[in-house]
This record gives sequence, C-alpha cells and structure tokens, in this order.
Amino acid sequence: MGPYLMRRILIALPSLLGISAVLFTVLALAPGDPFEELATNPNVPAEVRVMLRAKFGLDDPIWQRYFHWLMAMMQGDWGYSFISRVDVDQLILQRVPVTLAVIGASQVVALLIALPIGIISAVKPYSWFDRIFSTLALVGFSLPTFFSGLLLILLFSITLGWLPFVYRADISATGWEWWWLHLKQSLMPVMVLGLFQAASWMRYVRSAVLDVIKLDFVTTARSKGLKERVVIMKHVVRNALTPVVTLVALRMPAVFGGAIVTEQIFRIPGIGSLLIDAILRNDTPVIMGVTFVFSCLVILFNLIADLLYGWLDPRISFR
Amino acid sequence: MNHHHDGPIGEAELECWVAQVRGGQLLRRDFIQRLAALGIAAPLGGLMLMNAGVANAQTAFNYKPTKRGGGGTLRLLYWQGPTLLNPHFATGTKDQEGCAIFYEALARWDTDGNLVPVLAVEIPSRENGGLAPDGKWVLWKLKKGVTWHDGKPFTADDVVFNYQYAIDPATAAVTAGVYSDLKVEKVDSHTIRVVFDKPAPFWPGIYSSSQLIPKHIFAPFSGAKSREAPANLKPVGTGPYKFVDFKPGDMVRASINTGYHQANKPHFDAVEMKGGGDAVSAARAVLQTGEYDYAWNLLVEDEVLKRMEAGGKGRVDFAAGGSVEAIYLNCTDPNTEIDGERASAKSKHPLFSDPAVRKAMGLLIDRAAIQEFIYGRTGVATANFVNNPARFRSPNMKFEFSVDKANALLDGAGWKRGSNGIREKDGKKLKLLFQTSTNTARQKVQAIVKQACSKAGIELELKAVQGSVFFSSDMANPDTYGKFWADIQMYNVTQGRPDPERHMQRFASWEIAQKANKWLGSNLVRWRSDEFDKAFRDSEAELDPVKRAALYIRMNDLVCGDGHVIPLLYRPAVNGLANKLMAPLSGWGTDMGSLSDWYKEA
Repeated sequence: MGPYLMRRILIALPSLLGISAVLFTVLALAPGDPFEELATNPNVPAEVRVMLRAKFGLDDPIWQRYFHWLMAMMQGDWGYSFISRVDVDQLILQRVPVTLAVIGASQVVALLIALPIGIISAVKPYSWFDRIFSTLALVGFSLPTFFSGLLLILLFSITLGWLPFVYRADISATGWEWWWLHLKQSLMPVMVLGLFQAASWMRYVRSAVLDVIKLDFVTTARSKGLKERVVIMKHVVRNALTPVVTLVALRMPAVFGGAIVTEQIFRIPGIGSLLIDAILRNDTPVIMGVTFVFSCLVILFNLIADLLYGWLDPRISFR
Repeated sequence: MNHHHDGPIGEAELECWVAQVRGGQLLRRDFIQRLAALGIAAPLGGLMLMNAGVANAQTAFNYKPTKRGGGGTLRLLYWQGPTLLNPHFATGTKDQEGCAIFYEALARWDTDGNLVPVLAVEIPSRENGGLAPDGKWVLWKLKKGVTWHDGKPFTADDVVFNYQYAIDPATAAVTAGVYSDLKVEKVDSHTIRVVFDKPAPFWPGIYSSSQLIPKHIFAPFSGAKSREAPANLKPVGTGPYKFVDFKPGDMVRASINTGYHQANKPHFDAVEMKGGGDAVSAARAVLQTGEYDYAWNLLVEDEVLKRMEAGGKGRVDFAAGGSVEAIYLNCTDPNTEIDGERASAKSKHPLFSDPAVRKAMGLLIDRAAIQEFIYGRTGVATANFVNNPARFRSPNMKFEFSVDKANALLDGAGWKRGSNGIREKDGKKLKLLFQTSTNTARQKVQAIVKQACSKAGIELELKAVQGSVFFSSDMANPDTYGKFWADIQMYNVTQGRPDPERHMQRFASWEIAQKANKWLGSNLVRWRSDEFDKAFRDSEAELDPVKRAALYIRMNDLVCGDGHVIPLLYRPAVNGLANKLMAPLSGWGTDMGSLSDWYKEA
C-alpha cells in the first residue's frame, strides 16, 4: 500500500506540471487582455494601459511568464489578481464555504433521492414504480441545469413570488431567521443540482443492484429463510454499492469546483462564478489558481476512489 | 464655417446683456430669445451665461427627506460586481461604482452635464476668482468640517496626496492619466490650485470628478507597496456610507455615515451592492419581482424591458450621455499592403474615395427604423457624432433614408450595374466587407443595412467578431477594430465626460491608428482633414466657451458631412429603479456619485 501510494503521488506531479503548462499556454494564446475595459474609456490614455501591461509583465514572452508563475507557485505564492489586486489564494478561500455548502447539500440531496429509489426500482424491475421513476430520471438528466433553473425561477420567483432568485452569502439576520433565509434562497439551486445528479445516480444504483440481485449468493441467502429486508440491505446493497461509492468519490472534485452555470444563474458567489468572472476578464493568475486547485482535486479524488475500491473489495490488491 | 458667434452684435453689447440678466433686469428667457434672433442657438446662450457666472436654470433634483437615515436598506444589483475598492486601481465602471459609495470627489457631473460641488465649496468661475484669465490654473476651495470615516479632517494635503500617489509609476495607478499635463498645489489648508502645463479650456478635466483617498491611510502604501494597503479592500472615505464588508466580485456592504457633511443626508441606513449574474435577470429582480431597488447598466433589448416594466414593480431610467454608435467607412485600403502594412495611412480606399459612394451609403442606412425596431428607448437616431450636452449638438446635420436617391447618385457617378446586379466602375465592384462585434442588436443592424444596400446594387459581406477579440488591443490579431482590416465597421464609443475634446480627437490626423503606434491611436477610421486639424488645434487654445462650442459644432459637421463617419444613434445610460426610489442618475459619471441624494418615497 505504502509504495503504491508513493508511486501514485510521483506520477501525479508530472501530470500537474503538464496540466499547468497547457493551461498557461492556452490562456496566453487566447485573445483579450485584463485591461480591455480601459481601452474603451476615453478618459484613460493608451499610455496608462501600456504602462500597466508592462508593470504586470503581460508583455513578456509566454515561457518567461510561465516560469515566473511556476517558481512563485512552488514557494507557495499564488500571485495576485490583475483585476482586484487581491491575492489569489485569499480570493479562492473566500469562495470555498459557499460552494461547499450549496454544492455539498445538493450532492447529499442527490444521494438521498438516488439510493432508495434506485434500490426499490431494482428490487421490483419493470413495475409501475420503476417505470415512472425511470422516465423521470430520463427527463431529469436530459434537462440541462440552466434550463431547469430558469423554469424554477419563473415558477417560484416570478409567478408565485415565494423564493428569491438572487443568492446572498452574508445574510445579516441571526438565529432561526438566518437559517430560514438561507434555506429559502438555497432551495432552488440545491434542488436544480441535486435532482440533476440524482437522475443519473438513480440509474446507476439501479443497474448495480440489478447485477447483484441475480447472483447465486442472494438466492442462497433467500433459501436460508432470511427476511427479504435483510437479504436486500445486508447482502445485495452492500455488494452493489462498491462501484457507486467510487462513482461518488470521483464526483467530489465537482463539489469544490462548483457548478459554473448554476452559480451564474442564481448569483451564488462560489468558485465556479469566480472562475467565470476571471475568464471573462482575462485574469490569468485567478484562472490558473482555480483550475490548478481543481486539477489537484481531480487527481486526489481519483486516488481516493482507487483506494476506497480496494478497501471495500479486498479481492483487489495494489501493486 | 459656422460663424454664429461673430454676428452683427458687438462684444460690448453682449456683455451688457449678460450683466442685465445677472442683475435681473433682463429675463433669462428673453436673453436667449434675443440671441436666437441673432442666430445663436439656445444651449450656446445658456453656456454664455454660465461662463459669466450666472447660475444655470438646472432641472434641480428635489431631495425630500427632512432627517438623516430611516430609509432602511438600499439594495443595489450589479451584474458585474466591483472587484476592488481603491478608485486609483479601478479598471472598469463597476469598480468606480463600488468605490463611489465610500469616496467622493471635488465635484460631480449632474444629469445635464453641469458641475455640482461635493467636497468643494463652490465651482470655480471667473466671477469668484477661481479661474485664471489665461486659463493656466484653477483655484478650488475645499469644504471645511469634512471628516474621513475615521474622524480625521479632510484637507488640501489629501488632494495633493492623491495627485502624487497617482503619478508615481510604481503605484501602477489607472488614474495616472488623470493628472497628466497638470500639477496640484496646496495654497492653504483648505485651498488647492491646479496648474496646467498649457491653457486648459476644459478646466474641470477628469481630476475634479475623480474620487479622493485619505493621505493618512494611504501614505505608507504609496508607490511599490500600493498593493499591500489594507484599505484597498476596506475603504475609509468621506462619502455618505461607511464600510462594513467586501467580498470581491460578490458583495459590498455599507452603513450610514452619521457624520456626513451634508445636512439630512444620507437617507438609507445601509447599502448592499450585490454583483454577478447577467443583465436580463438583474432587470427582472428590480422590475418584475422587486427583490432589488436598483439594477445597473441594463444592456437588454427594450422590448424585454417594456415587458418587465409591465410587472409594475419598477421603472427604467434613461440618462443622456455621450455614447454614440456609428458606422465607419474605411478611408484606407484594407486589401493592399504598403510598406508591409494593410490599411496603411498612405493608401486610399478604392471605393470610398468616391464621395458619391459614401453619400449613397449614408442614404442606405435607415436610422429611424433601426431605432424603432431594434434599440427602442435605448438608442436615439442621430446625424451627429457629438450629441450631448445639448450645447455642443450641431443643428446642421440631417439624416435621410432613400434607396431611390442612392441609386440615382450611383448612376450619376458612373457606377453601372453588372450582370449579377452589383454595380461596378473601372473594373472595381461595389463589394464590401462589413464587420462589427458579436451582439444581437448589431447583427440585426448589419442585416438591415445589407438589405438596403442590395437594393442599390452594393453587396455587403457581413462579419461578426467576438467582442473580446474585436475590442482588444492585441497586436497579433487581425480582427480588432483598431486594425480595421475591413471596408466598413460599426461600434459604440463613449465620450466619458460632458466635453467633446477627447471625443473629437478621434478624428485628428495625428491620432490615426497604425503600425507605428501599435494601432493604439484613436482615429480608427483613419480620416484626415487639414481644416479639422486646424479647428481642433484652435479649440485647444480657445478659452471662450461659446466660440469653443462653435468650433466643436464645426468639427462635428466636417466629420459627419464628409461621409466616412455615419452616426447611427446615441445611447443613454439604462438603469432599473424600484418605483419609489428617487435617484438623480447622470450619464456623465458613476451612478453612485449621487448616492447621498438617493431616497425612497414613503
């Protein structure tokens, strides 16, 4: 296990390096510049823009800028945003709590929906219950979140006027009111993301359980005279969920990465919207920072998923 | 030339009339009428009076609250949130807006483009001795008893510090250009003198409406350490609201400044500025659901705005400013290289060098229809490049849409229709490339123009370039508007301040965008006229505001009359307001600049 872990981490380093090099090059080649807005402002002479570009090193060759960035990064200096002149790590940390809360909640909701429905559907395949929820799941993952989000806004905010559609991270209320206001504003984004995720997980749980339920050891368990409930929960579900756990672990980076589109629609100040803003403003250090965190997480959770798999299923060994 | 000001009436007589208006013997209205009889337009007459120190008949904003505070929380929605709160680093309008909640300037521009004192006691004039007779300096008296949010007094040292802070290259301030060509000097604790390198007819410049930061907070962080100042994110200003909390790009929170220097102001107890999202849903949050009180810069089709206004929760405000959308016919040839440069300033456009073709193009653009069907209230059809303030608007330019006249003109000039219906002359075909940025409204305008042109035997090829490419100054990209490697292009420019100097400079020959200046010159259409250049040079030295305005009107007529520049519409600032919210919004500065005057009706 130890050597395996070491090897995986050593392999991860060059891939991170490669990812950052590709990202940086693509960003540098893309058109646009962070001081674009100054160009259209007649009150700011062109020389000021030229001066700022030089000051922030935007006119240096790409490879030179990349090495500057890399060297600083290795020393733990993430750089600062061209636009807000705030340190990148500070900007990212500011956004993490909201993203964790909203996206995390939506993943929990997704699991709470997907697990029971997926299992029941598999236990009674092709029943009315299964058919109804299979259809709903199909609709669920066919509807993109930006569309279902707008539909919910139209219904609950505009027609009915029950829920706000602008998310506010710092609500000044305290106590129960604080919880109530947060619940109200999180309901729509959490549901949009949760239901979308639940739809695909539901199908996944169903097929995993179906695979196991036909196996001989289940028949044995039943013939021992065990209650159906025990058979399903102890023998079927436990074995069927191994791949599901891996799937959920692989999905975790997204929890940190945020849901870019949904955050934009509901104005949730998460990491996804930070990334979108940074991209729109050509704020290279922030884009690099966020995507770097994201790629680290993907690599990390891939590793965790592999380890989990082996732990859940001892037949798999690490070599 | 437009010799309005050199009418049959003598200077002495004019001054006598002005004195009578000041003394009250002559009504302002009668004065304007007398001038009108002499051929001087009304806005010019008003300018004459203003210059002589006679107060303007302002459309005064009526601030009703009789006590400070009690207005609850004001909720502002910006679809682009401010990313920093130091006005010297503000790269965009959104940042200036965020800063303006806390910081104030010497003065600000009101809705009609007049200067209103904020941290200054009064606006300098010849009457109060604030303006140098030779136009080389301005004296500003500062309000006494103004304190920063931390209780320290606001003095002349602070104003001088802002100048020093900004011009230090190590600070990397965006405002460095604000103070070029001038110096700020302290006269006494509450008086400063702004000294210009050469006579400045437009003496308010930008410095007078630039937000001021406190010396005692920022002095340790001047120059290379500018980025480390904690106050970059926690502003300490003189403004109506004090800092509470800031999350870049997301939220700015402020609470009432109970020590504010204007009586009974401000009205609200707290202000929240939320950022992010898109313009359409921002409009919805104010006009349809009433979740917010104000939404900034609603770049939304008027049809959609009207539908949302029907919700009855809010209204849309249109503040006249200096933005003008225009079509430009390239003066140079984008398809041949001279000395390795396309569209070289040395070349001439093979088709547009014929005045008949330019005139025909002008006749083929249906500005009235473009306003009615595309822009609605968000754009007003115009024949002028300079539209606001009214004192600079030319009465001489007219626009017309007529396919028949365009056809007759081209026939007369010898452009014959070929077998495929496209006109040609001397082997040159009227086939043109028309580029603009990707934007629903602009693509519709392109389609309308193309259709009209095809009826007159001109074939247009339409091209839409992504905005981030089109408006970038990327030297390597061939599709930028600065390069203008096409025959025709269309975009919007802003005047930025209620004076057309910088705006008009876009047509000076020394501003031509070319390889030598990395295409950073502002004359993108590469138009050149000796008469214009001379008029512009004259205007730079003309201290008489009336004669100066006449020069700008003349320049506008030269540019627009020549046909290479075809103005389409001028575009007001579009903002959404809750029904009960009263706010004197101006198209000439930040909306938050007037925040101290905002209130909600009971």
